[in-house]
Amino acid sequence: MAKILILFAHPALEKSRVHVTLINIIKGIPGITVHDLYEIYPDMNIDVDREQALLTQHDIIFFQYPLYWYSPPAIIKQWQDLVLEHGWAYGHTGKALSGKWTGNVLSTGSGKDAYLPGGHHGHTLAEFLVPFKQTARLCNMTFLPPFVIHGTHRMRREEVPFFCEHFGSILEGLRDDRYTPEMIAQAVYLNDLHDLGKAD
Amino acid sequence: MNEHSFFFTAMIYLAAAVVCVPVAKKLGLGAVLGYLLAGIFIGPYVMGFIGSEGQDIMHFAEFGVVMMLFLIGIELEPTLLWKMRAPIVGMGGLQVLVSTVAIAAIAWWAGQPWQAALALGMTLSLSSTAIVLQTLKEKGLMACAAGQSAFSVLLFQDIAVIPMLAIFPLLAPAGAVTGNGGHTLREELPGWAQTLMVFGAVVLIILAGRYLVRPLMRVIARTRVRELFTTFALLLVVGISVLMTVVGLSPALGAFLGGVVLANSEYRHELESDIEPFKGLLLGLFFIAVGASIDFEMLMSSPLLMVGLVVALMVVKFLILFGLGKLFRLSTDQNLLFASSLSQVGEFAFVLLSFTRQTGILPAQTTSVMTAVVAVSMALTPLVILAYEKLLQPRFTVKEEKTPGREMDTIPEKNPVILAGFGKGGSVVGRFLLANNVPTTILDMDSDRIDLLHNVGIQAYYGDASRYDLLMAAGAAEAKVIIIATDTIEQTIAVVKEVRKNFPNLQMLVRAESLPDTFDLMELGILHIYRDYLDTSLRMGADALHILGYRAYHAQRAASTFRQHDEKAVKELSALRADKKTYLSAFRERIEEIAKLMQTDKDKTWDAESQSWDETSLIAEEGERVK
Repeated sequence: MAKILILFAHPALEKSRVHVTLINIIKGIPGITVHDLYEIYPDMNIDVDREQALLTQHDIIFFQYPLYWYSPPAIIKQWQDLVLEHGWAYGHTGKALSGKWTGNVLSTGSGKDAYLPGGHHGHTLAEFLVPFKQTARLCNMTFLPPFVIHGTHRMRREEVPFFCEHFGSILEGLRDDRYTPEMIAQAVYLNDLHDLGKAD
Repeated sequence: MNEHSFFFTAMIYLAAAVVCVPVAKKLGLGAVLGYLLAGIFIGPYVMGFIGSEGQDIMHFAEFGVVMMLFLIGIELEPTLLWKMRAPIVGMGGLQVLVSTVAIAAIAWWAGQPWQAALALGMTLSLSSTAIVLQTLKEKGLMACAAGQSAFSVLLFQDIAVIPMLAIFPLLAPAGAVTGNGGHTLREELPGWAQTLMVFGAVVLIILAGRYLVRPLMRVIARTRVRELFTTFALLLVVGISVLMTVVGLSPALGAFLGGVVLANSEYRHELESDIEPFKGLLLGLFFIAVGASIDFEMLMSSPLLMVGLVVALMVVKFLILFGLGKLFRLSTDQNLLFASSLSQVGEFAFVLLSFTRQTGILPAQTTSVMTAVVAVSMALTPLVILAYEKLLQPRFTVKEEKTPGREMDTIPEKNPVILAGFGKGGSVVGRFLLANNVPTTILDMDSDRIDLLHNVGIQAYYGDASRYDLLMAAGAAEAKVIIIATDTIEQTIAVVKEVRKNFPNLQMLVRAESLPDTFDLMELGILHIYRDYLDTSLRMGADALHILGYRAYHAQRAASTFRQHDEKAVKELSALRADKKTYLSAFRERIEEIAKLMQTDKDKTWDAESQSWDETSLIAEEGERVK
């Protein structure tokens, strides 16, 4: 059984419609740790030792956040800058994260079509996530396809739980090792994986 | 001396100093030269305001040298003194020995009997502690290698005077009057008792400094009578001098030792600032007296001989010092400064010369010529150092930059931060700075608090930070920042005014207790004001929001936004306040100010967060596009 860590970053959760539901569902799943960065470090003063210990204890690390200006919120960058130390996360002696899996769980205001080749934003979502992909590579981690909730601007409230539960079941599948690396490699988004969470 | 003539003489001395010193400073000659010129000017050969009493005044004013050595001692930690033992004994010992032998040999070669030659050699081997240290200090050269070496040599010379005084009677021709027979208690005793007494006196000073003076100062500090502290400081130095004279030791040496013993004391800066003005006054007087005692008649009667003697003497001393500097690996520029600054003959020569005349070692003619030579060589010293600075130093500055390693081995007492007040606010700032390895000089007015700090190993100094001399002693001239966290607003304002007047180089960070204090400080032009409870209260407020269920980050931003708003509102109110001040009573004013602040809180749309990370307008726009 894999241990999953969600590094959650939302600067204004009180205004959120999607993530507030998503995080509450995830919190209810056994074997998953939700780590609410803005709540723990409102002054952005990240406790590096604590974060590194947390990473060591988990096998799959997700960043969960709303995408603003094609980037994660500021605290994620701060977290990366401070926690992923040379000699610990990467470099000759930096093997602490080696072999772990990592990925992104994010929401975008625009629909999926805006992030297709030739779409409104000019690049695919995978292209916007290149820094994460290369960071994973440098840390010797497997980079998972993102789980994306597109079109939150036009989403009706009653549609939200569907996405959230879908992601919940995928998380359960990952936790219970139901997805083979081949299945994952074929997916563009984690959303594409078959809903194996509730199987058996 | 009747009262009238005393005040008249005092007026002449003071006026001469007040006129000549600023002129000399303006001309770049330095204060020491200014005093010397003032002395020459009022002396018997120019204006004739003062006559032969110049010599008596000089003996009195020599006490300034004692005070100076006390101050030097107090700036020197015992461990540092121990580190300097090699240059003191090695360099100083060799200098006295080689100079004595060389000058004696020349005198002997010139036809003096060996006793007289030896007496001359010893007398002239000494240099002037007063002039050299004062000049080097004034030019800020004490900390460099040359300054430290010069200091070591001068210290050894002060020690060397003791055996010299013992040897001199032996050089006197048989049957001559012994000069100061029975003057001191020591000489009436047998040899072993003398030695015992000398050691006893030294031990007494060390023990008293450790176990008597400190508790006594604590008691005096607690009385909070300022002048009593000054009185005690003077008593301390005078007492040491008397003790030393009784046992036949040099008072200057004793005072130096006393200073070193008190160097680690928490009252160090206070003692320094109490003694400093007396020292300055007496040294000034001393320099004036030296200037006044230069015998121009003698100079004019045989100018060639006099000039020749002065030049020859200074050249010989210079060469020996330069050789020593090379031996002790001073870089060439430092060595030049070292050798040229010590090439004169010191004030102690006056004492020794009169002693040799009384005992008949030297004829009166010779001693008066030598007295004139000594005075001229002393007067020339500031000029020689000036010449070094202007002509020689510029050539070596490039070289010096290449080898900066050696020079730094000095007293790093001056800290970049001065913290005035270690009470409510100051203690946290102080701990924070010390935790971050920022060297900080802590000043406080509460002697009990200083003791307490001392017990936990924090060095703090007793004193009133609004005093110019205390700030000076704490290194305010070189520091970057002063944190003013004194206990009352009156103290705070006094410190602020003093710093603003005399230390514009310091950035002031000032703690304010209340809103009115903040306004007072704003009117004084302070930019960095820290109002008590503002930050802690907002942290409490933010925590309250968090407990009520607000996100931590939201609460934090709200507190931060509120602080910005508060600071802006206080600034605006401060401008308004200036007009109203005249007719509002202080209490009503205070209430009204808080009411006004609360009004601005209300007027402000507190939904300051509304725009951040809000997508309402974006969603609306997108909705329209779809339609």
